[in-house]
Amino acid sequence: MDWITTVDHKKIAILYLMAGALFFGIGGIEAILIRIQLMEPYNQIVSTQIFNELITMHGTTMIFLGVMPIIFAFMNAILPLQIGARDVAFPFLNALGFWTFLFGGILLNLSWLMGGAPDAGWTSYVPLASTAYSDTHGVDFYTIGLQIAGLGTLIGGINFLATIITMRAPGMSFMRMPMFAWTTFITSAMILFAFPAITVGLVLLTFDRILGANFFSIEGGGNPVLWQHIFWIFGHPEVYILILPAFGIISEVIPTFSRKRLFGYSSMVFATILIAFLGFMVWAHHMFTTGLGTIANALFSISTMLIAVPTGIKIFNWLFTMWGGQIRFTTANLYAIGFLPTFVMGGVTGVMLASAPADFQFHDTYFVVAHFHYVIVGGLVLGIFAGLTYWWPKMFGRLLNETLGKITFWFFIIGFHLTFFVQHFLGLLGMQRRVATYAPDQGLDELNYISTIGALLMGVGVILFLINVVITFRKPADAPNDPWEDGRTLEWSIPSPPPEHNFTQIPLVRGLDAWWKEKMAGNTKMTPAEPLGPIHMPSATPLPFLMSVGIFIAGLGFMFSNDEFGNGFMNFLFNNYIVVIIGLLITFGSMAARSLFDDHGWHIDPEELEDKGAKI
Amino acid sequence: MTSPHTEAVNGQLPHEPEKATLEGRNKVLGFWLFLGGEAVLFGTLFATFLALRDQTVEGPTANDLFHLPLVGAATFILLVSSLTSVFAIQAMHKHNVKKLISWLIVTVILGLGFLSLEIYEFYEYVVHKNFGMTTSAFSSAFYTLVGFHGAHVAFGIAWIGILIGQLYKKGLTVVTAPKIYVSAIYWHFIDVVWVFIFTVVYLLGKVV
Ligand code: HEM
Ligand SMILES: [Cu+2]
Repeated sequence: MDWITTVDHKKIAILYLMAGALFFGIGGIEAILIRIQLMEPYNQIVSTQIFNELITMHGTTMIFLGVMPIIFAFMNAILPLQIGARDVAFPFLNALGFWTFLFGGILLNLSWLMGGAPDAGWTSYVPLASTAYSDTHGVDFYTIGLQIAGLGTLIGGINFLATIITMRAPGMSFMRMPMFAWTTFITSAMILFAFPAITVGLVLLTFDRILGANFFSIEGGGNPVLWQHIFWIFGHPEVYILILPAFGIISEVIPTFSRKRLFGYSSMVFATILIAFLGFMVWAHHMFTTGLGTIANALFSISTMLIAVPTGIKIFNWLFTMWGGQIRFTTANLYAIGFLPTFVMGGVTGVMLASAPADFQFHDTYFVVAHFHYVIVGGLVLGIFAGLTYWWPKMFGRLLNETLGKITFWFFIIGFHLTFFVQHFLGLLGMQRRVATYAPDQGLDELNYISTIGALLMGVGVILFLINVVITFRKPADAPNDPWEDGRTLEWSIPSPPPEHNFTQIPLVRGLDAWWKEKMAGNTKMTPAEPLGPIHMPSATPLPFLMSVGIFIAGLGFMFSNDEFGNGFMNFLFNNYIVVIIGLLITFGSMAARSLFDDHGWHIDPEELEDKGAKI
Repeated sequence: MTSPHTEAVNGQLPHEPEKATLEGRNKVLGFWLFLGGEAVLFGTLFATFLALRDQTVEGPTANDLFHLPLVGAATFILLVSSLTSVFAIQAMHKHNVKKLISWLIVTVILGLGFLSLEIYEFYEYVVHKNFGMTTSAFSSAFYTLVGFHGAHVAFGIAWIGILIGQLYKKGLTVVTAPKIYVSAIYWHFIDVVWVFIFTVVYLLGKVV
């Protein structure tokens, strides 16, 4: 109950982490099933229909429901601490964002149990996603589930933007903000400008499917390429929404374990901004083969390649940070160092794909699959593992086991390269993506076999990580404030886990790497920027949860509004939109309740300020 | 730190009560950010409409449908409602709660007037002109863009309605002031979007 009503950003972070882990697990099982099906030619482990559903759900789940919430978990847990804030700007909305995300994700995954999952690929291209080709409710689960989950993401983005703009501690100017805070800021801005586009796209697709509208149907005058534009104008920024926080994590981990400040801090900031900007300019590189014409292809090709410049700046800055540093090969740092070459390889294949004529050859082959897994798994997931190991003591007060962590790392990274390196060659040999099987003796057999073995090794790595988590939780929560001893940023100046109000006194920031600066000056505490006094806290509330339940019910009701049920009563409920109305009443009722009854929050008095918060 | 329920700073309501507390400032800032997202949302809808506006298939075209005097009247009503919401905020800055509530009520009534005209317009199209959601890509795009705007107007009316209730109950405080301020920004935003709709959908529909 405590967890359902909480508005504490650190607890919401833990909720995001658990939800992300859950969906990551589901997506991982889907991935393993795909790889087992492709292990040998003409395998028939799953039917082609199930295969289509597996690849669709794997991609959708991983991108929207797996890695997104884990990133949000870090942002929630760490960002307010890093900028010296007691909370986020909108605690209530923060909880609402989490619950809408979770219920959207649950709705999407219910499709497995309710007559078939979406089967049109994670990009849901029309006409494949139209009722003519996909006549189960699968794609409806996709459009409506993602719509609800996306709402949560948008809310989160706005919240972080406002938090960073207004709630930095005194002295924490923008150019003194830690890199992770910067990437959170830029990522949130990208969310704000990218997500509304997919919101519209999903609405249009829903209307086409449920209300019989004609946006994408050629007979009705619609245009399928329009979907691709809308999808990718969101979709390409989305991949940077995913990778920038990973850049932020790497920029925290490497300096800490090199005992040096980040090389080229300001160039890092500007590179981040530039990447975000260019990220919005290049969407059509996913559409070279749709016939945009040579001029458009050339422009998008060049603008895509330009992104290599700021990305290169970042890579070199990380290398220069390590150069001459006192490097400690902790598990977190292993992940960060493993990230560098892997991400570079993904970037190189990206530039290859960005060359429009070459893309005609690579398009829709396993080469593309290899490329984006190098950036998403080799980049982002390694970044996430680095962040998890690095911040675990701050979030939970316990250090993960280092030996087990290192074994996990090796299983994961070897498994990863085994899985995806060979896929470049599979692609060059002409193996198509999204096809359920292949004929033997085309030179594809061995490489596919190797790829599956690699996937299984990665699976072992993930299981080892979970074992590590379980072992860790059996130990007492006794991590010190600054368990790595070389912590540089503000979160390491307060207890692990932090008390509910984060900072008993808001700290005064006197330079970049504020905590390091104080330590170098011989201080064991941050200098406070305010006298000790009572702290105002927002109160817990079940309303965000209820609002999300209402949206969930309304979504289900809308989806089945045209269905024939065997049961007359069910027909009555759904076909007359009664279920939709009930759902909306719950949501709007909760909103009205929120608006009419003032929530004054409560105060923590200075005397009781010493106890610790969010314990598990 | 100012807590949100301290009635006022030093027992007196400041000139701009919406910006008196951190919570209030956050609310206004967060709302501007939200409007940035809304702008992208409507931008995408406009782009979709522009891409599909000539795809009428066998159905009616813009020229067959639109009746400019009706839409002109609706536009006028909505523009005036923006003005009355400005008066409301001015009254708020003068701490004149009575005037504030009256201007808000006028705004809501004008909003309802606009909405009725729009519903009437849609009704005419559907029942007498055989122009529904499924008729053509043009019709789908038209109803979605204009309907989305209409839904925003409806939401705004309900929202401001609730705020009027709050004003009666709690009066003007540093808690209610940011909400009213923000709802006024929202109302102007809807108005600006409508000006674009009037130009891009209706005027352009008549011209080309
Ligand atoms: C380093 C710069 C990058 C370049 C130049 C680049 C270029 C490209 C190009 C041209 C394609 C289209 C291939 C095709 O469909 O034929 C593509 C696909 C893709 N990229 Fe990247 N990319 C880069 C970085 C990233 C990053 C950072 C991510 C994610 C974190 C990412 C994720 C993806 C995904 C998911 C796809 C496949 C989309 C699909 O399903 O069709 N890329 N990339
Ligand atoms: Cu892209």
